Amino acid sequence: MSRQGATTARVTAGDRAARNLEHHRDSLARAARDLWATPLASLLTLLVMAIALGLPMGLHLALQNLQGLTGRWDDAAQISLFLKPAVSLQDAEALAGRLKAKPGVAGLRLIAKDEALAEFRTRSGFGEALGQLDDNPLPHVLVLTPAAQTPEAAERLLAELKAEAAVDLAQLDLAWVKRLAAILAVGQRALALVAAALGLGVLLVTGNTIRLAVENRREEIEVQKLVGGTDAFIRRPFLYSGFLQGALAGFLAWSLVATGLAALSAPVASLAQLYGSAYALEGLGALEGLGLGLFSGLLGWLGAFLAVGRRLKAIEPG
Amino acid sequence: MIRFTDVAKRYPEGFEALSGVSFQLERGEMAFLTGPSGAGKSTLLKLVTAIEKPSAGKLSLMGLDIGALKPRDVPFLRRHMGIIFQNHRLLMDRTVFDNVALPLHMAGVPHKDMAKRVRAALDKVGLLDKEKLNPVVLSGGEQQRVGIARAVVGKPAILIADEPTGNLDPALAADVMRLFEQFNQVGTTVLVASHDLALIARLRHRTLYLKQGRLVSDGLEGAV
Repeated sequence: MSRQGATTARVTAGDRAARNLEHHRDSLARAARDLWATPLASLLTLLVMAIALGLPMGLHLALQNLQGLTGRWDDAAQISLFLKPAVSLQDAEALAGRLKAKPGVAGLRLIAKDEALAEFRTRSGFGEALGQLDDNPLPHVLVLTPAAQTPEAAERLLAELKAEAAVDLAQLDLAWVKRLAAILAVGQRALALVAAALGLGVLLVTGNTIRLAVENRREEIEVQKLVGGTDAFIRRPFLYSGFLQGALAGFLAWSLVATGLAALSAPVASLAQLYGSAYALEGLGALEGLGLGLFSGLLGWLGAFLAVGRRLKAIEPG
Repeated sequence: MIRFTDVAKRYPEGFEALSGVSFQLERGEMAFLTGPSGAGKSTLLKLVTAIEKPSAGKLSLMGLDIGALKPRDVPFLRRHMGIIFQNHRLLMDRTVFDNVALPLHMAGVPHKDMAKRVRAALDKVGLLDKEKLNPVVLSGGEQQRVGIARAVVGKPAILIADEPTGNLDPALAADVMRLFEQFNQVGTTVLVASHDLALIARLRHRTLYLKQGRLVSDGLEGAV
């Protein structure tokens, strides 16, 4: 018995590949037609899925913007080395050169004590009083940016720097760094949980929609099976339907989040202006939006695959 | 082509629909399957179309043991068959053309060949001018002919019909039977289940007579 059947005894492999491609195209077109055939029901389903996708996306953006507000991690984690009063500028420069070459150091700036005093005089408003001093009481300072991205690594670097003979005091606002890292970790974990729960929701919504579509087409499926349709062939339009629903819901979620951001951006900018900042909300880039559409499309495909697989096996022509 | 050897079909609730059925249908042969309601005609056709598997005995179709056939191979077997139903089983949301083209879609026939083959099948059943219509606007006889066109479009080795004239008047029923004879004359094996003994008597083909699940007679209609 030929696997193709009587009708295709003279069908070549090239013909079959072309026909497969045609069937993929037909399946996609049919999925689009089916969505369009019941516009209100489709829109409601897509909205439910879009909201489920939009919530974690909104949370992700909120975290991203929070990071922008609190400053970057390497800014917060700068280490200040106050050198001993006896250390000369030449020695401070030599130390700066040596430390700059250390693997754990991403950047280093030397603030000479004269420079520091001049800056203090300008900013503090105590210019006249400072003029009365015989000597400059400020030390040379080295400001280092650690290369490492974790508080633990920054803490190790701090311990090494403290051991330097020329260093009088080494300072890192580690508590703040740890707190910030912990807050972001909580936020990211919460985001992951919300995303997983709502992703499962999308999977179930798609699965249920497709399951109902399979039931509605029960008679058609029976006829397809009787005329030699394989499960893979019959399943294909449903998979496209799931993918299309997921992808459209993803793009709808993207536009919902963008609309929300647009609504918030003016009041946030006004608030930032009151604090003398030009801060503006960060939105979703085109690439991220595309990624969201693709990801939700795959979720829809998976939901459809799980729902159709079992139902198709159960439907047999009677 | 079709070989039943002591085949029985027992359903889980204990009902024995067929028992000890043995016969052989050769390639290019045409036969009627008849008997009173509940005799087991539909069950026998379900076995031939691999919808059901025998509970005992051996059913061989084109050399394949149906009892041992894997589910994934069933669609490929069915592509060698054309199946016609009393209630037509047409898809009412598709055109006549799309209904007839369905087996070709399943078999992976390219679009360019499909139209030619569908129109040839519709021409054979006299419905070439109805290809764009929806089956719902056709008469019962025309719907049956669409079903026949769908069954033969793939040039099957075996044509199986379950009460194909049940809902048709005698003239239309005779037309449908003439179509089956034409397909049989070009080498297709034809098995037609019917309880219309008058029609069977007129056509004089081999007739398998079932009664209470047993094959009680096998021969020309006169013997029945």
